[in-house]
Amino acid sequence: MPRSLRERLAILSDAAKYDASCASSGTTRRDSSASGGLGSTEGSGICHAYAPDGRCISLLKILLTNFCIYDCAYCINRSSSNVERARFTPDEVVWLTMEFYRRNYIEGLFLSSGIVRSSDHTMEQMVRVVRELRTTQGFRGYIHLKTIPDASPALIAEAGLYADRLSINVEMPTDAGLAAYAPEKQPIGIRRAMADMRIRIEDAKEPTVRTKTRKRFAPAGQSTQMIIGADASSDATVLATSARLYGGYGLKRVYYSAFSPIPDASAQLPPTKPPLLREHRLYQADWLYRFYGFSIDEVTAGRPDGMLDLDMDPKLAWALAHREAFPVDVNRAAREALLRVPGFGVKTVTAILAARRHRGLRLDDLARLRVPLRKARPYIVAEGWTPLRLLDRSDLASLVAPRQMALL
Amino acid sequence: MQGRGDVVEWRDAARALLMAGVAPAQVDWRIAGDESLFAPQATPPGPAVRPAPRVPRDFVDLAETVACHGDPGRFALLYRLLARLQDDPALLSMAADADVVAAERLAKAVRRDCHKMTAFVRFREVPTQGPRRRFVAWFEPDHHIVARKAPFFARRFADMDWMILTPKGSAVFEGGDLAVSAAPATKPDIEDPTDALWLTYYASIFNPARVKLAAMRSEMPKKYWKNLPEAALIPQLVAQAPARVAAMAARAVQAPPAHHARIQARRAAAVVPAAAPDTLAALRDAARGCGRCPLHHDATQTVFGEGPDHAALMIVGEQPGDREDLAGRPFVGPAGAVLDRALAAAGIDRARAYLTNAVKHFKHEPRGRRRLHVTPHADEVEHCRWWLRQEIALVQPRLVVAMGATAVFALTGETPRLGDIRGRALPFEPGRALLVTIHPSYLLRLPDARRAAEETARFHADLGTARQHLAACQVLPA
Repeated sequence: MPRSLRERLAILSDAAKYDASCASSGTTRRDSSASGGLGSTEGSGICHAYAPDGRCISLLKILLTNFCIYDCAYCINRSSSNVERARFTPDEVVWLTMEFYRRNYIEGLFLSSGIVRSSDHTMEQMVRVVRELRTTQGFRGYIHLKTIPDASPALIAEAGLYADRLSINVEMPTDAGLAAYAPEKQPIGIRRAMADMRIRIEDAKEPTVRTKTRKRFAPAGQSTQMIIGADASSDATVLATSARLYGGYGLKRVYYSAFSPIPDASAQLPPTKPPLLREHRLYQADWLYRFYGFSIDEVTAGRPDGMLDLDMDPKLAWALAHREAFPVDVNRAAREALLRVPGFGVKTVTAILAARRHRGLRLDDLARLRVPLRKARPYIVAEGWTPLRLLDRSDLASLVAPRQMALL
Repeated sequence: MQGRGDVVEWRDAARALLMAGVAPAQVDWRIAGDESLFAPQATPPGPAVRPAPRVPRDFVDLAETVACHGDPGRFALLYRLLARLQDDPALLSMAADADVVAAERLAKAVRRDCHKMTAFVRFREVPTQGPRRRFVAWFEPDHHIVARKAPFFARRFADMDWMILTPKGSAVFEGGDLAVSAAPATKPDIEDPTDALWLTYYASIFNPARVKLAAMRSEMPKKYWKNLPEAALIPQLVAQAPARVAAMAARAVQAPPAHHARIQARRAAAVVPAAAPDTLAALRDAARGCGRCPLHHDATQTVFGEGPDHAALMIVGEQPGDREDLAGRPFVGPAGAVLDRALAAAGIDRARAYLTNAVKHFKHEPRGRRRLHVTPHADEVEHCRWWLRQEIALVQPRLVVAMGATAVFALTGETPRLGDIRGRALPFEPGRALLVTIHPSYLLRLPDARRAAEETARFHADLGTARQHLAACQVLPA
């Protein structure tokens, strides 16, 4: 008996949940008030619900089909898995997206697919969904489309015309890891596809010579995902790969997905608990690299095995190992130095720089700016506050370390 | 004050009070309906003795936002800020000032409530006779934000009619017209069968192996749960999670399904044995998967040589750069543009030359959102020389132009001073000459304009010499 839409929705969303990306921000601003149709994107994304796993639900994240001719060991949909298989027609995905959006359950669609028949066939089916949404249905919400690395350039160009974001997962931190776990995937093919997307995204930002209009190609850029803990790669290896991806392909985000046990798992993988804290530390280190002026080497130099400290965030770990860089004077120090103070975020630093133009800042001023003083105090000088003796204490780590695991 | 999120009533009163010279401490701001039996009667502020107050644009935004808050002290706080702003126009930039902090805190709460409204309103469909579909939502905001956020929903849900009902007012959108009211609404009783599909999705997208309840509650506080259909599933999803994870772990590895063997057999049959690289095309194919040195891990792809199979002129550079690495073609970046201009100046047609590099992968270091060029090591050049020798053997050029020290080392195995040998055809191999010049990227790094012009002219002259040499060999039209 054919499965109902509801049964297939259960199978094809279950099959999609190991992709961490849920962003719906950073695309062009648009709405349907003048144009008719349905949907808007106004800068920041919206998380419409949260699941008990703490992850936001912003997009309808589903596969077109979970049939797949690839046999990637970490994947629930690999060809050797006995998981239940199902497929949607493109029209069913269009219907679900529109009806979910109308009820304000979602910001848009994140469509991915198992590889069936060929890359081009699979990509063509996915492009058909987004073409129908944009052209026939007048859908102006957010669309994130997973692209198939060796699909034809014409299909990629059309995908970029309709989608806000395109992504290809590198999956493993190293080429050797990919060869071991995903023998059918080609690391060169994945990198070439990302390079091609960067060129298209940058070209689309340049106005054309004649008409001064801009072509549309994935205005929210591209992203990727790495699975953490399926192979033995260290955090230093993972982060070096991220740095290479950010620098080489202008990625908006690298997502880290703690490897999570899957039904009917391959014997190649241990059924362990997902390393959630490690995943969290990697995101913190990623932020330090992108927004706080840290290099990957600085963040990962603390331990000989190249792993981040699980007991404290990487910025605090760096500060404890580099006491010679402190204390930093909140009333005089440059932005770069302030960004390295534990407990100071990018917004805090901007607020400090603005506020100190009027008068010298004291600790209680910082408290009003929501600075966690217990953490920051040993590293700063403020009006009426000098921490010299604190910094010299050998038990400083226990004074500033979080009292409780913040995350779990 | 009515206190229903409308800033105008406060603005008008505040202006009159300030112009009458009333100090903040002399004003007792009350909300209609809150006054006790012994509340004093409102007294008019008196005649204007001061000029109309002036405020920065930021304060207008802040006041509009804070006025939506339910805090009873909001109007007094705003009036205090207004009065202080007259003497200190930069007050709002003092992020550590107690009044500014208090106002920002209220504004932040309102903005968060607004954001949660855009997230957690759930429309349910109701029957209608008209041409547009019709939806109704019930929502319970903390603050008076319905009028503030209603335009968002009008911009988003333009092709349907809808109503958002809340205890703090309602918004109605019909036929493209939006109307808002501050009057409290009552909760409607509506069922929508599509909620069942949404619940299926919510339950299936949840990963039982990574339960993180605190993270969920901080973003989706419990106070919102009663109006979210999916929240009813949370207790059972959490309760079942440990058993589901245990069942996954306990399940023995099963034999793969039948289709797996068929797919694997088809794949094995499709593998074609690679041909020996006895043509340039075959050589290029073979180089795609080159792993002779570790550079391929960090580069996008092999950037192989490009040009006619039997070009008389071969030009060898150092290694591909950022653009070449992305595009998979040599000399398409900034240095390639310098080379193109020099070739044109020397009268050489680029399409008739074979362009390649000593090293075929881009060596670099990530630096933020860029990749910085790193000069290849001698051992990397030596590994890659294998490909360069094959290229020369197949193309059989009459003249090889080596641009820069790395190219010279790759071709000759020696590291002479470029200045000693550049600009003239040197004997290289039987029937083949070598001409050494600088790498075009050198010209991009010269800060001094006069020096750059001189060096550019020398580079053009070197390529002119190359053209003359080829003309003498009668392989290029003079």
